[in-house]
Amino acid sequence: METTIIEKHGKQINSKKKKKWSERPTKTDIFIAIVMLLVIIVTLYPFLHVLAISLNNAVDTARGGLTIYPREFTLMNYREIFSGNNNWVIAFRNSILRTAIGTLTATFTCAVLAYILSRKNYVFRRPLGIILVLTMYVSGGLVPTYLVIRNVGLMNSFAVYIIPALLNAFNVIVIRSFIDGLPDALEESARIDGANDITIFLKIIMPLCMPVLATVALFTAVGQWNNWFDTYLYAGSNVNLTTLQYELMQILGNAQSMTSSQVQQLNQTQGSIIRTTPESIKMAATIIVTLPIVVVYPFLQKYFVSGLTLGAVKS
Amino acid sequence: MSRFYYTDSGFVMFLLKALSVNIYLTKERLKVITMESAKVIDVEKQSQIKARQKQMPKKKLTWKIIKQQKLLIIMSIPFVVWLAIFAYTPLLGWIVAFQDYRPQNGFLGSDWVGLQHFTALFNDSLFYRALRNTIGMGGLGLIFGTGTAISFALLLNELRFTRFKKFTQTVSYLPHFVSWVVVANLVTTMLSNTGVVNNILQFLNLTDSPINFMARPDMFWGIVTGAEVWKSTGWNAIIYLAAMTSISEEMYEAAHVDGANRFQKMWHITLPSIKPIIIILMIMSIGNIINIGFERQMLLGNNIVADAAIVIEKYALDYGIGMFRYSFGTAIGIFKSVISIVLIFTFNTIAKKTSDISII
Repeated sequence: METTIIEKHGKQINSKKKKKWSERPTKTDIFIAIVMLLVIIVTLYPFLHVLAISLNNAVDTARGGLTIYPREFTLMNYREIFSGNNNWVIAFRNSILRTAIGTLTATFTCAVLAYILSRKNYVFRRPLGIILVLTMYVSGGLVPTYLVIRNVGLMNSFAVYIIPALLNAFNVIVIRSFIDGLPDALEESARIDGANDITIFLKIIMPLCMPVLATVALFTAVGQWNNWFDTYLYAGSNVNLTTLQYELMQILGNAQSMTSSQVQQLNQTQGSIIRTTPESIKMAATIIVTLPIVVVYPFLQKYFVSGLTLGAVKS
Repeated sequence: MSRFYYTDSGFVMFLLKALSVNIYLTKERLKVITMESAKVIDVEKQSQIKARQKQMPKKKLTWKIIKQQKLLIIMSIPFVVWLAIFAYTPLLGWIVAFQDYRPQNGFLGSDWVGLQHFTALFNDSLFYRALRNTIGMGGLGLIFGTGTAISFALLLNELRFTRFKKFTQTVSYLPHFVSWVVVANLVTTMLSNTGVVNNILQFLNLTDSPINFMARPDMFWGIVTGAEVWKSTGWNAIIYLAAMTSISEEMYEAAHVDGANRFQKMWHITLPSIKPIIIILMIMSIGNIINIGFERQMLLGNNIVADAAIVIEKYALDYGIGMFRYSFGTAIGIFKSVISIVLIFTFNTIAKKTSDISII
C-alpha cells in the first residue's frame, strides 16, 4: 500500500518527464505510430496528388503514373480557368461575396437574437426562445422549403444565399450562453447612464462576445463556401449566380473518363497542340476551391476546436 | 423531448450538442462516467430549471412593461417574421401532401385528395429501392463511422509522441472542412482506372486489369461509406477523445499493477468509460440513418450505378421537384420524418432497457 502511494507520488512529480521519454518506446508505441502515419498518408495523399496533376502539363498527365509531384511543371491549367470565356471568374466572385456577406449578416443577426434572448426581464423571452429552439427539432423538409423559397420570390436571386441562412438556432444558443456568462455590472452602469438596448448591444455586449462570434463566423463561413446545393436548387438557371462549388460539381461528371487516346483525338481534330485537358482543369479547379480552407485552416484550427467547448458549457 | 437532426442543420450542430453532454459531465466533476450519471444529470438539470423558475415570478404583461421594453419588442419582430416564413411555413406546407397542389392555385385553393399520394408512393417499386439504399448506406455509415472514430480515438489517446499526436489530429480534421464536391472528386480520381488504388491492387497482383470502381453498382455502398469514413473519422473522434481525458488516471495505474497491457487497458477501462457517450451518440444518430441526404450519392453516383445510388431525398428531388409533383415530394418527406421519429424512439427504448441510458 505504502509503496504504491510513494510510487504515485513520484509519478506525479515526474509526470511531465514520464510522458515524454522516461521509458523507451515499446513495440506498442511503434505500432500505434505506424498506424497513425498510415492515417496521415491516406488523408494527405489525395490532396497532394490532385495538386500535382493541376500543376503538371496536361498531355504529360494523360500518360499516367503521376504521384505527388509534377513532372512537367506548368500553370497552364490555372490560366485556362481564368482565361475568361467561362463561368469561373463569376463563380469565384460569387463564392467570395456569399461567404463574406453571408457570414457577416448571419453572425450579426444571430448575435442580436442572442442578446434579446439573454434579457432576463423581457416579457416575450420564453415564447421567442421556444419557437427558436423548436426549429432545431422539426424541419419542413426539402419540398416544402423549396416551395416557400419559390413563393417568397427568392428564386434566382443572390439573396437566396443570404436570407434563408440568417438564423441558426444552435449558433444563437451558443452566443446566448456566452452573453449569460458576462458580468451584469457593466451593462447596469451603462443603463444608468441612459443607454438603450441597441447601444448596450453594440457598445458593450458585441465587443465582449468577439471570441464566440469568431467561432460562429468561422463555421458559417465554411458552410457558405462549401455549399453548392442552394445554387443547384434555387439558382441553377442563372449563370450570374453560379458558385465555385457548383461549377466544380458540374464538371465533375463531364470530365470523368477522358483517356489518353481521346486526348490524342482531340489533339488531331483541333489541329494544334492542346494545352490542357478537362481532367487537368478539373484538378486545378479542385485546388482553387480547396485552397482557401487549407490555407486558413492551420491558423484557425484552435478556434474550430475550442469553439466547440465554448458555448457548450452552459447550454 | 425527441431529438432528430436533419441534414440541413448540419452535422456540426449534432456534434456540438453531443459535446455539450460531455462537457457537462466533466464540469460536474464526474470523474468516472458511470451508467447512472446520465440519469443523475437529467434529474439535476430538471431540478435546476425548476429552481430557476421558482426564483423568477411570472411577469405580467401590462402596458407599462410593453412601453418599457418597446425597443426589445421591435427588435424581436423581424426574427419572428423570419422564423414564421422559413421555419414554420414549410411545416404548414406538409398539408400539401394531402392536396393536389398546383402552384397557381396556392396552398389554400388546391383540391384535397386525402392519402392518394401516399398510396402512389407505397405502390412505387422505386420507392422501396430508395428506402433500402438509404437505410443500407445510412446504417453502414453509422456502424463504420462510429467504429473507425472510436478506434482512431483509442489509438490516438495511447500515442505518446506529443508533437506527432498533435500533427496527426490536425491532419485528421482537415477533410471535414472540405466540401463533398471536392471529396467526390478526390475519390473518383483515386479510384479511376489509372488511380492509386488500382495501381496498388495491380502491384500486389490482386487484379489483372484495373477495376472500374465507379461503374460497379455492387461496390457503390462501400465507396460511399469509405468516403464518409475518410472525411469524418478525425472530426468524429474529437468527442471520444474529450471523453477519454476525463477518465481517472488511478484506474490505469490499478490495472498496471494487475499486470494489464496497453490493449487490455483500452478494452477494459477506456472503452467501458466512454460507453455512455457512445450510446448517447448512437441514439442521436440512429434517426439520422434515414436523413443521410443525397449529397454523397448524387456526387459519387452516375447512370451506371443509379440503381444502387438512389436514396429517399434524391427520389423526392427527382420525382417531386424535378417532375413538378410537389405534393408527392412532400409525402416522401413526411414519410421520412415519421420513420426517423420511430427509429429514435425504438432505439431509445432499447438503450434504456439494456443500459439505462436514454436521451428522451
